[in-house]
Amino acid sequence: MAKIMRKITDGILFAATWFFAAITLLVLLFIIAHIVINGVPYLEPRLFEFTFTSENVSMMPAIISTVFMVFLTLIIAVPLGIFTSIYLVEYVKKGNKFVMLIRSAAEMLAGIPSVVYGLFGMLMFGQFFGLGWSLAAGVLTLSIMILPVVIRTTEEALKSVGDGYREGGYALGSGKLRVVFRLVLPSAVPGIMAGVILAMGRIVGESAALIFTAGTVPQIPQTLGASARTLSVHMWALSGEGHHVGEAYATAVILLLIVLVINTAAAVIAKIFTAKGSGA
Amino acid sequence: MSISIKNCDLFYGDFHALKGIGRDEGMEISENKVTAFIGPSGCGKSTFIRVFNRMNDLIQNCKITGEITIDGQNIYEKSTDITQLRKNVGMVFQKPNPFPMSIYDNIAFAPRTYGIKKRAQLDEIVERSLRQAALWDEVSDRLKKSALGLSGGQQQRLCIARTLAAEPKIILMDEPTSALDPISTGTIEDLIRELKKTYTIVIVTHNMQQATRISDKTAFFLMGEVIEYDKTRQIFSNPKDKRTENYVTGRFG
Repeated sequence: MAKIMRKITDGILFAATWFFAAITLLVLLFIIAHIVINGVPYLEPRLFEFTFTSENVSMMPAIISTVFMVFLTLIIAVPLGIFTSIYLVEYVKKGNKFVMLIRSAAEMLAGIPSVVYGLFGMLMFGQFFGLGWSLAAGVLTLSIMILPVVIRTTEEALKSVGDGYREGGYALGSGKLRVVFRLVLPSAVPGIMAGVILAMGRIVGESAALIFTAGTVPQIPQTLGASARTLSVHMWALSGEGHHVGEAYATAVILLLIVLVINTAAAVIAKIFTAKGSGA
Repeated sequence: MSISIKNCDLFYGDFHALKGIGRDEGMEISENKVTAFIGPSGCGKSTFIRVFNRMNDLIQNCKITGEITIDGQNIYEKSTDITQLRKNVGMVFQKPNPFPMSIYDNIAFAPRTYGIKKRAQLDEIVERSLRQAALWDEVSDRLKKSALGLSGGQQQRLCIARTLAAEPKIILMDEPTSALDPISTGTIEDLIRELKKTYTIVIVTHNMQQATRISDKTAFFLMGEVIEYDKTRQIFSNPKDKRTENYVTGRFG
């Protein structure tokens, strides 16, 4: 009797997990299919011309702006975030009040809606520093926005490096600098890369913060002071105007592809570093 | 080099982990001998071995009093050069901890720390250290390969070789064979017997047979105190203290 009951509960649980997994998968597939079906027919060569006109809403300037935005933001935020994390994990004594403050501030900033960053960036960089709507203002705002992501993932990566390396290094008479940069940091690279990729995803997907700071000019920015719209902003602008909804879907297809490429690259890089060896 | 300890106390915050070691006549660890620390878990033997190369400095709220003298110098004086101290006093850990780099770079790590950069000189140190650690024949054809590909026993011998490359006078071993199989353990024990001709060795071990096999002197620890410290033969055949007798005859611990 008990055996039959157990079989029945097992069966119900199995059906339930299968059912919920299927629903999740179906929703995701539906979204992708919806985007592809609506977008692919509009993917024409003219959408990849270098100039945007009101007749031809080319997304090429937006693609180029996105690349600029990603690289410039990472150049600022990644070193800043990594060195901050090294300080927090390796140098500061545990239980330090100041550090706990920094850490909770970072946690909080990670949860703030991006439109708040947009408002802050507009007032701070756009108006106070007089950058207006520009690539520079957008880059600075996004740098602040992704900093908590980089700090948090790097901290986790550094903490997950076994103390065996640190002890071994110190026992051989190495100083802190050598232990951190020669032993701990190399072992933490895969984890740090994961954080950087996550940050890239946030930059590529950001619209609210950029509308306020980088503006929506749909041309290739010639200087850091020029306004630039990224793909996400481009999509927002096209669908908002209502004349080019098909082209907006086409942009979404390209965005999907870019995210796919970024994720694959991340997986490959992480694999290369792990193969080189971590452990202990 | 010998080590002498006078009235050493150690606190982790409020916890009194080592209580007056070398309280009355002092404790002496002799040169070119193997000294074993035995005792039940949590008795302070690993904590004590880390006093000699100041590894406890890494632990917050750790306070040490007393006098630890190596080569005529109190190592807890402000003027102590910790890098120099750790060059003289090497350490091998319980879990083999080869660095995630090539075998060659592992061995060259310490010499490079001390500023040796010449290729020929490094080559020579790497070969000599690996030979001393009885590992050269097994790895000489793959020095550029990752050290993480070695077996557990080989990794531990690599860690010993890495320590030897710093040209220490004293080697501290914190349960160096507890993560290894019996055959690898035997190899390491042979190695220790060989190394004591040149180095002073202090070894923490959970394995009493191991202490009798390789050590000249043995200290028995209990609750942060040294209960008895004598020739190994004496400790195991004719202990003076009842608690030592109970432990070495397997009545507790």
